[in-house]
Amino acid sequence: MIPAQFDYLKPSSVAEAVQAYQQAGEDAKILAGGQSLLPILRLRLAYPELVIDLGGIAELTGVTDDGDGLVIGAMTTHADIIGNELVKQHAPLLAQATETVADRQVRHRGTFGGSLAHADPAGDLPAVALALDAELRAHGPAGERSIAARDFFLDYLTTALAPGEILTSIRIPKLGSGWSTHYEKLNRVAQAWSIVAVAAAVHRSDGVITEARIGLTNMGPTPLRATATEQALAGAPATAETVARASAAAAEGTSAPSDQSGKADYREHLVTVLTRRAVQHAAGI
Amino acid sequence: MTRVNVKVDGTAYSDDVEPRLLLVQYLRDRLGKVGTVIGCDTSNCGSCTVLLDGLSVKSCSVLAVQADGASVTTVEGLSGPDGALHPVQQAFHDHHALQCGFCTPGMMLAACDLLRENPNPSEDEVREGIEGNLCRCTGYQNIVKAVQAAGAAMSTRANSAAAVSDSIASVSAVEASA
Amino acid sequence: MTTIDDRPDVAGGEIGQPRKRKEDAHLLTGRTTWTDNMVLPGMVHLAILRSPMAHARITSIDVSAALERPGVLAAYSGRDFAEIQGSIPCAWPVTPDMVNPGHPSLAVDQVNHVGEAVAVVAARDKASAQDALEAIDIDYEQLPVVLDMEAALAPGADLVHAHTESNRSFTWIFDSGTAGTGAPIDEVLGQAEVTVSRRFRQQRLIPAFMEPRSTVVQPQGDGFVMWSATQVPHILRTMLSLTLNVPEHKVRVIAPDVGGGFGGKLQVTPEEVITALVARKLGKPAKYTESRSESLMSAHHGRDQIQDITITARRDGTVTGLDVHLYADMGAYLRLVSPGIPVLGAFMFNSIYKFDAYRFVCEGVFTNKTPTDAYRGAGRPEATFAIERIMDELATELGMDRMELRRRNWIRHEEFPFTTVAGMTYDSGNYEAATDRALELIGWDELVAEQAERRARKDPVQLGLGISTFTEMCGLAPSRVLGALSYAAGGWENASIRVLATGKVEVVTGVSPHGQGHETAWSQIVADQLGVPFEDVEVIHGDTQSSPKGLDTYGSRSLVVGAVAVVHAADKVVAKARRIAAHMLEASEDDLEFAGGSFSVRGAPGNSKSIQEIAFAAFAAHDLPDGMEPSLDADATFDPENFSFPHGTHLCAMEVDTETGFSTIRKYVCVDDIGAVINPLIVDGQVHGGLAQGIAQALYEEAVYDEEGNLTTGTFVDYLLPSAADLPSFTTDRTVSRATTNPLGVKGVGEAGTIASTPSIVNGIVDALRPWGINDVQMPCTPERVWRAIHSGAEKSGRDPGGTVSWGGTSTTTSDGSGATDGGQL
Repeated sequence: MIPAQFDYLKPSSVAEAVQAYQQAGEDAKILAGGQSLLPILRLRLAYPELVIDLGGIAELTGVTDDGDGLVIGAMTTHADIIGNELVKQHAPLLAQATETVADRQVRHRGTFGGSLAHADPAGDLPAVALALDAELRAHGPAGERSIAARDFFLDYLTTALAPGEILTSIRIPKLGSGWSTHYEKLNRVAQAWSIVAVAAAVHRSDGVITEARIGLTNMGPTPLRATATEQALAGAPATAETVARASAAAAEGTSAPSDQSGKADYREHLVTVLTRRAVQHAAGI
Repeated sequence: MTRVNVKVDGTAYSDDVEPRLLLVQYLRDRLGKVGTVIGCDTSNCGSCTVLLDGLSVKSCSVLAVQADGASVTTVEGLSGPDGALHPVQQAFHDHHALQCGFCTPGMMLAACDLLRENPNPSEDEVREGIEGNLCRCTGYQNIVKAVQAAGAAMSTRANSAAAVSDSIASVSAVEASA
Repeated sequence: MTTIDDRPDVAGGEIGQPRKRKEDAHLLTGRTTWTDNMVLPGMVHLAILRSPMAHARITSIDVSAALERPGVLAAYSGRDFAEIQGSIPCAWPVTPDMVNPGHPSLAVDQVNHVGEAVAVVAARDKASAQDALEAIDIDYEQLPVVLDMEAALAPGADLVHAHTESNRSFTWIFDSGTAGTGAPIDEVLGQAEVTVSRRFRQQRLIPAFMEPRSTVVQPQGDGFVMWSATQVPHILRTMLSLTLNVPEHKVRVIAPDVGGGFGGKLQVTPEEVITALVARKLGKPAKYTESRSESLMSAHHGRDQIQDITITARRDGTVTGLDVHLYADMGAYLRLVSPGIPVLGAFMFNSIYKFDAYRFVCEGVFTNKTPTDAYRGAGRPEATFAIERIMDELATELGMDRMELRRRNWIRHEEFPFTTVAGMTYDSGNYEAATDRALELIGWDELVAEQAERRARKDPVQLGLGISTFTEMCGLAPSRVLGALSYAAGGWENASIRVLATGKVEVVTGVSPHGQGHETAWSQIVADQLGVPFEDVEVIHGDTQSSPKGLDTYGSRSLVVGAVAVVHAADKVVAKARRIAAHMLEASEDDLEFAGGSFSVRGAPGNSKSIQEIAFAAFAAHDLPDGMEPSLDADATFDPENFSFPHGTHLCAMEVDTETGFSTIRKYVCVDDIGAVINPLIVDGQVHGGLAQGIAQALYEEAVYDEEGNLTTGTFVDYLLPSAADLPSFTTDRTVSRATTNPLGVKGVGEAGTIASTPSIVNGIVDALRPWGINDVQMPCTPERVWRAIHSGAEKSGRDPGGTVSWGGTSTTTSDGSGATDGGQL
């Protein structure tokens, strides 16, 4: 299949991109890595008049250390994130989850920012951004602003980005000592989207779980936090039993989809198992 | 129409293309590089895998205009100028890693990319490394063997090449000291 | 390799060697000739508009706006072709009263499945053609959608085809009592000591060959040349001629490089007919290449049966009868061999077992779905699945070891040849040897002990052991049998061999490879037969002009029919060469020995003529025996008297995560007996690939339709093919019981892995879950289905479903109430 015709723009600065995006309005699509957009265009599920390729803006790639956080350019590819020493050291959850995204070829093209802005709840990285309390920086006609990950994902494939606004970087606070993380994913075949996946970050001190942040993939129209489980874990002894008990509440407040990979009730069960495994693994239990 | 300048298998091309033209269509329909094939619409099958500036990509999910200024290696550029098979091609032949051969170009380029990063992958690493390439004929078993064998062959070759350059270096050192 | 037949190989030399393939060089370097690669001067590119509706009347269709689009040469709807397109042929009217509603290539008044072609655009390039499809204006009037086979057969059901009386195409019956091959089923059903009945579902699958279908047609005089990604150039030529009313000698069909088929390219497709029609209308070459999503919804599907199986036995485990009732989903139309596919299974449900009575009833049903037809195994995987699953169920019912039950009922080695209750005569086999070897290779006893230990420990990951002892009928051939089954064509195969002036050899074969390695295997055979170097043999195939006689490649027939024809042709060449040699050596033919490519006079060493010298003499024709025609060549057609019957034992160890429902293959062992082996490298490859497809049916693949008849698995995102990361490394081995029905002793291997593996996997999963009282998991055994089985099985068995959750973590304590927490959500 061949996409319908569109015009193509490859700006060399964020300002230029924002201006073009604002002018074109809803008729434009932003091209980051293109690994979701191009199949959509090929199947003619979208007919943009203009495609704005961010691939020419050098400042949108790379990982920098700002002291207590990492700033990751939105156009940094999955492959670059996996191989980045700063990410491995300060955000291993992101590295681990990114390694499970699609396949090597897709990871060479696909970008962190692109997968967050696409906001597919079955994608792996939105839940990770949520679990890591990422801040998303966007540039738009009204200037630059920062959006907390928990405020970013509004609905299925819908984000808080305003018209004309482009996601430019993602800041991930470093996890200090005592934190450990794990991404637990179940998919039917290696290439398939997660049926459910769980991103867990756990802080442990003296045999007690002091804090847990748990992001859920594909448990609703947006990525979600397992709030009830997080609350049950806070201050609980780091034992298999308490984790199992707390994880049993992982589906609270979710609205899992029903599709070919599983009906909602199966996902509601599965998320308890995967949450327990993710937290236990992260906490070294 | 947008201008693209690309180097494909060592040859430079400069063409005006529609922005919607996929890299794989550019390769096949404009450049006649029909060794690279199209197997799906959704970037699942990996049949169209090529190396873009050395990294494996699915050329059905890259616009030709995105390849502007880049260098592309297809299956047609794998073998040496003398026509000698690349170690990956040779290993695919030796281990009967292809049947109908449709997935083979993409599979071999995916294997090259994997071996670039991990010259001696374990069986599991190979299986995960080529998860983006579907084959309907072989059940993958011989492909996995072939990729491992190619890795071993390339390492041996690299080591012997390194040994040669080491010996040249030591000879030069001796000469320099003399 | 375990050899259990002590007869020596008929030939030494090349046969049996793991020769690397001749086919590889161009495939490895990208110098391929896929149909879609082809460009001809003046060629137009086609795009096809497909129905978004499963069942609707076309109330209006207007293609005129498409003609206004840039680069568009022509646009046609079904109304333009109504008088000339004929009907996609069905060559297998399985019963005299079978209903065939007719199958227009381009829908005229009505669409009957999503994806059916409704209009075609021809343009200067493919993008322009696709763009123009959007300008075609169609109005549909929706009709009630028929999807469920049983509902479709109910009185008063909505009809797929209004002009038919019902949605039933045919009912095909075999009864061993009537056929005289055994007792009437009614005799055993009434008085059985033990009866087990199950309903199994063979989900709908999609062949999903990697190369999408593509067709190029070049009009030529009164006829045309077609290049197509097909398994069956010869059948296609004859059928196109009949369908389009073009004289057969004016049609040439070429199958260039073809990227897999698996039965999916055993077809005369609407797209081939449409491309021919457009090319002929425009007088220009035309190309159509489908996209993957078009392929998944419009290329024929496979399987899709509801199987009601009843098996009867005595308490001691002796099987007495098998009663099979199938609903087979034909989809919206009958294609080339649609009705014959489930009927082929009729001869395989009894498998390797001996029993008294057998009945097989198959009802072919129309629904508003893509037509079904051949997919690797074609009727036999369905049969093998049902019998191997029900044998496990019977063993459970009897409280008997599953393998012991099989041993008690299978045909023993010394009983061959054996005529089965389905009327087939199995020539040779040794189920004991294959099974013993497989048990040894997998370490069966250790796995049984581990399973018991895991069960006792209530390990959340349970171990299940899968068994499949199977046979199949290969070499779709004996023309008389096919005639008796109402198949329209024969099953013979043709080959010719030409030894050229320089001693090089051309072999023309009527089979049409698309990945199997015929060029290599045929070269090995001919090298041995003629005593020429392997490299000196060129195999020609896949073009009705250069290989005019043949019936193509499907049903594991190429080697057992096609290669035997090659052997017969070689015999004739050697016979002619012997006469020439005798003449040249001035010796009696009877005094000549032929070995290593040379004729020598017995007792006179040094007095010899090589086949190359003889070939040159035959070419020069200066001094040939009186009356002999020049040229050293021969032609042979082989029509076997029987099918061949490969068999094997496939065992697997399945790990089932009872918490998530996810199943993993820990070990897979198969010992196949395919008779003599020409090239073990190729054989192993065929087995590996077959296993992957059979396993994929068990675990991953399913074509799913929603209530409106939309295919919801319309891309590879949803139709899940396994990747390398999803499959294990297989342990393969062989036993050899030579076929007694052909000179090579071969049985065929193309489908074995697919046929055998599916029940092995499912038996393994069900075995893991027996403690929950589970006796089936529907395919594909997705994590969700396994979990649901555990959940509902637990209710029936009195096991605590929450227990699966409370087993979690490193704790091995039993349920402490945390299951109740979870129970609220389940």
